[in-house]
Amino acid sequence: MPKRFWILGILLVICCTAFMTWGARGPLHFVIPFRATKLAALGLVGMSISTSTVLFQAVSQNRILSPSIMGFDALYIMILTAAVYFLGGMTVANLSAHLSFAVSTGVMVIGALGLFSTLLRSSQNNLMRMILTGIVFGALFRSLTDFMQRLIDPNEFSVIQTGSYARFTQIETDLLFIAAALCAGALFLTWKMRFRLDVLALGRDVAMNLGLNVRRTELEALTLTALLVAVTTALVGPVAFLGLLVVSLARLVVPVERHAPLLICAGLIAMIVLIGGQLLFERVFQLTTPLAVIIDLVGGSIFLFLLLKGHRR
Amino acid sequence: MRVTAWYWAGLIGLALISICSLFVGVIDLSASDLLHDKEALRVLGISRFPRTMAAIIAGAAMAVSGSVMQMLVRNRFVEPMTAGTGQGAALGILIVTLFFPAASIFVKMAIATVTALVASLGFLVIVRRLPPTQPLLVPLVGLIYGGIIGAAVVFVAYQADLLQYISVWLNGAFSGVLRGRYELLWLAAGGAVLTYFAADQFAIVGMGQTITTSLGLDYKQIVLVGLIAISAISALTVTTVGIIPFVGLIVPNIVSRLFGDNLRRTLPLVAITGAGLTLVSDIIGRIVRYPFEVPVGTVLGVIGAVVFLWLLFRKPQYA
Amino acid sequence: MISIRNLSYHIDGVAILDDITIDLPKGKVTALVGPNGAGKSTLLSLIARLEPLQCGTIDIGALTIGQCSNRQLAKQISILPQMTEHVPRLSVRELVSFGRFPYHQGRPGPEDEAKVDEALQVFDLDDLAQRSVVDLSGGQRQRAQIAMTFAQDTEYMLLDEPLNNLDIAASRALMARIRELAHSYNKTIVVVLHDINYASRYADWIIALSAGKTAAAGSPAEIVTPKLLGDVFKSDAEIRMIDGHPVVLV
Repeated sequence: MPKRFWILGILLVICCTAFMTWGARGPLHFVIPFRATKLAALGLVGMSISTSTVLFQAVSQNRILSPSIMGFDALYIMILTAAVYFLGGMTVANLSAHLSFAVSTGVMVIGALGLFSTLLRSSQNNLMRMILTGIVFGALFRSLTDFMQRLIDPNEFSVIQTGSYARFTQIETDLLFIAAALCAGALFLTWKMRFRLDVLALGRDVAMNLGLNVRRTELEALTLTALLVAVTTALVGPVAFLGLLVVSLARLVVPVERHAPLLICAGLIAMIVLIGGQLLFERVFQLTTPLAVIIDLVGGSIFLFLLLKGHRR
Repeated sequence: MRVTAWYWAGLIGLALISICSLFVGVIDLSASDLLHDKEALRVLGISRFPRTMAAIIAGAAMAVSGSVMQMLVRNRFVEPMTAGTGQGAALGILIVTLFFPAASIFVKMAIATVTALVASLGFLVIVRRLPPTQPLLVPLVGLIYGGIIGAAVVFVAYQADLLQYISVWLNGAFSGVLRGRYELLWLAAGGAVLTYFAADQFAIVGMGQTITTSLGLDYKQIVLVGLIAISAISALTVTTVGIIPFVGLIVPNIVSRLFGDNLRRTLPLVAITGAGLTLVSDIIGRIVRYPFEVPVGTVLGVIGAVVFLWLLFRKPQYA
Repeated sequence: MISIRNLSYHIDGVAILDDITIDLPKGKVTALVGPNGAGKSTLLSLIARLEPLQCGTIDIGALTIGQCSNRQLAKQISILPQMTEHVPRLSVRELVSFGRFPYHQGRPGPEDEAKVDEALQVFDLDDLAQRSVVDLSGGQRQRAQIAMTFAQDTEYMLLDEPLNNLDIAASRALMARIRELAHSYNKTIVVVLHDINYASRYADWIIALSAGKTAAAGSPAEIVTPKLLGDVFKSDAEIRMIDGHPVVLV
């Protein structure tokens, strides 16, 4: 097992080095800080997405979900848009980036807790209805976002376009420090609850029987999920299927039921996919398509495959 | 008869909404202007009337094809625009635009119909492998399947630098409808009328393969004919106004809850309701941010998703 | 009479039915029994032309399956499928009316309406005619379905496990009705049954299938024996004769 982690680690180092140096032209003292910021942001996003997906899968007790499939990031973008819409005269420009980020993240945690804890409880025995509800909620949030964006600025079509796919190329670097701090805290707390997650993943009844405070653990995990999604989405925008993609891969690499190796492995894979993928896309193939579109294509197909595999006639 | 009364009520309602639609827009029109103002008549003829007709036809045709698809798939939560058919049509249009930019509109239509048909057949093949005990798996798989084809469309469009078209096809709007630019939709209306003649056959197919065969009908043939009709209607709609989501899902569900599944009786009502819903959504889109417009796809995305959620969580009508 | 000659059926190289040659008597209730996986439902689907024939022939009266049109057959033979979760939102009368489709192809005439009325009456559905099938109990829904096959007015009727999900009262009433249909309306009825006691009590003729072959065929008194239970069902349950019907003590 540790050998696999070493391989992943080495792969990640290779990706990072290549990302920093490939095709670097111009003065190094300019290139290096610029790329390092981007690298840090991509790493942060990778860790947050993989961790939030592992958390969400533990809470919902199944392996085909991710927070973004259930509409978490759509909810966050809707909250951001609503903030701009309802704060009216004060435009986003006046509102400091940090403040709007903090407010939206706070609202997001409350909203996600309210919506998804009721959803999880009311659909415990009907997984399909839960997923379908999440997806429809996601569609609703996206439509509402589009609706509000058009009310705010009817001529601004670019807002909608960039809002529907993650942009790994233009990262909101001014939020990087606060995001990194939040993310580090959330990751630390997640790591601390790794053994409780092992128990939770056995199922509510079993966990209850083993003396776990199920309700509290679920709430904690959902809060951390919401926080991590807010961080990622604020930095790069919605990434629909990346979480599912990397966690499914991680489950192949470490086929054990324990969360400690799973969290590490999923984090490593997410960073490799993001940094390596961005490297390939931007520098090697020079494709104009955003990486997120490809991740959606591949991740969506994997989701479909997982759904069908579990339900062969 | 209860239903016939509802036909008339629906038609009168639709007529009233249409009259509203004729007089809502950026250029002020009033009924008295029409009597003496030539310019007013011109606006009506070139823009308002075509736009109103386009909304009516697209809404009615989508609702009817949703009804038919729900019978073919035997699942109440599917519709062409969210289960890959609409996205398949968009892919076809994209292919034509890329490789045969000079092709006539009819070639474009034909290719879009074929790709829509292939996409729907693919969906049906997947659905046939799903267990009948998990009815909600079908719309779920449909949404993901449609999403994957949609992502493929976006990918190709990005590479070919055709993104501005994508937002037109993937999010339906009637703002571009003018005289001379929507007439293809009349073919979709024709398609919807034709499906009415096979209403009994589709209702029987909805009862399953065994009963269909037992009643002396060719199951596969009816399913294929139905899919072709749905694909053609979707392709025509996507080409002229873009993807109109959720109408095909929620309208048949509501009509079926109130009046049952006897399509011969209910299809006209489905068409009227679909037309009314789409037209109302378009009017909302026109006035909510006057003088700018919110596309009908966005308005319907909000209304449709809310109704869909209600349908998912209402008390089950049968055990 | 339904005559089956040298019928075999394979799925992925596995024999489901293996060289079956039997006759199903006219004007009688024939029960198909056998353990799970014996091929009862496959045999019924082949007779109902739901699956294409691979090898062998089936004649239904004067018609040969595969050599006459689907619509012709639909006036000769009807099948009641197993009950499913998916229930159409139709009124009972609408559902029964669809049974006339092979005759009117969508334009019902007075004789079709008359037949629907008769079916509703025969199956005691007059009071329920305007109710939605969705709101009916399992037994009532089953009755409406059979009324639909009755309205189809075919000489041959096939029923696939009609007693599934029915309680004892509904099951007995249904079997009694099936007998009455065969004897008063001279219909040939083939019914797949799970419970051998229902077959023994209500059928005129029993065909026992085992691993894709006919294990036995004959009247209940001849067929339902300890030897059959041992050979076909691998069970050593006792059998008592009551009023001339063999009864398996379960």
